[in-house]
Amino acid sequence: MADEVKLHGVTGSPYVCRAVIALNLKEIKYEFVAEDLSNKSADLLKYNPVYKKVPVLVHNGNPISESLVIVEYIDEVWKGVPILPQDAYEKAQARFWAKFMDDKCFPAVFKAVSSHGEEQAVGEAHEAFQFLENELKVKGSKYFGGDNINLVDISATFVAFWVGAAEEALGIELLPKDKFPKLTEWSDNYVNCQAVKDSLPPRENIVAFFKKRFGKA
Amino acid sequence: MDDDVILLDFWVSVFGQRVRIALAEKGVHYENREENPQNKTPLLLEMNPVHKKIPVLIHQGKPVCESNIIVQYIDEAWHDKSPSLLPSDPYLRAQARFWADFVDKKVYESAKKIWMTEGEEDQQVAKKELIEVLKVLEGQLGEKPYLVGESFGLADIALIPFSMWFHTLNEIGKMNIERECPKLAAWVNRCMERESVSKTLPRPHKFYEFILEMQKKKGH
Repeated sequence: MADEVKLHGVTGSPYVCRAVIALNLKEIKYEFVAEDLSNKSADLLKYNPVYKKVPVLVHNGNPISESLVIVEYIDEVWKGVPILPQDAYEKAQARFWAKFMDDKCFPAVFKAVSSHGEEQAVGEAHEAFQFLENELKVKGSKYFGGDNINLVDISATFVAFWVGAAEEALGIELLPKDKFPKLTEWSDNYVNCQAVKDSLPPRENIVAFFKKRFGKA
Repeated sequence: MDDDVILLDFWVSVFGQRVRIALAEKGVHYENREENPQNKTPLLLEMNPVHKKIPVLIHQGKPVCESNIIVQYIDEAWHDKSPSLLPSDPYLRAQARFWADFVDKKVYESAKKIWMTEGEEDQQVAKKELIEVLKVLEGQLGEKPYLVGESFGLADIALIPFSMWFHTLNEIGKMNIERECPKLAAWVNRCMERESVSKTLPRPHKFYEFILEMQKKKGH
């Protein structure tokens, strides 16, 4: 029996993008259900009554919400390219850094962007980036996942792509290359991975979004 | 083999309690080291440089941080010991992770507000918010014995330590959580029948004393 896989989302969301990358990495055929967040579909509200947000993965009628939960689910159900390490300790480390992206990194970046690069906010974003920079330095590898991308890289998609778009849109500097050489190099490598390239929205759309949402009139 | 397991903890922390429950469920022997949040040990700062917080599980010298992540690690590292702390079905596993995450996002913050806000109006808002969150969990519980599937697991472990807060919330918030959420109250009793839970969680009045002490220090 063929699997029915749907992903409810919006193309501009870095969280939705995580799910798209995971689906593409595993070469899963799915239907993208584009949502209008100002007018959410009855299905979305039915599938994610708790948060009413995207992304929501619907697999044979069963809904899964929260991007990192979705990515782990995809990894467990579909074999092929592994997204999480096998070893229990390495898995725990991967989950730790993925959670760090959401708990520390994303809020700091959001504050830095919405404040138009206010000094303290950028300082906090740099603190978060420094942990990632150190992690890459210690690992000494191309990606957080080693030679291949893993859960951590996928969770950091917004750093690799959305941060640059925000910088361009608002004329601010968030991720200076001289301060974060490893993270910058990682960003360049990451966005050029095939599965990631296939999943990212057009850059000009994200730049336009940032200009509209945060740009000075 | 339960070789070399150390837990850096603080007795009152719900997050530390999650880990202790998981270790007890698996029958893992470990050394408990009490940390003082006002005076963190060099070991804690070395083992959790990012957050500098407890709990930290140190297994064979390697640290694991973040309570829900530690619980999953315990389940995987001691997968040969029963019970399993997560279901075997991937969809149910996703549900377990979702609800454990929900507890982190919603319960902790809304519950804390009740003893941290001042002013009648703000407290009313905080109370309403907390009951709404608990009712969502009740909805998930439904007629099931536990939050996800038929067995005690990650989602239950994530939530049950907060039951220790109910007495305090009821006193300070002038509310009655058990009356508002009877199914949840029954679930609490069910979980407390497990030795891993009843032996781990401090008595509710101890937590109340702790909060009163904290409020006094802040000059409430």
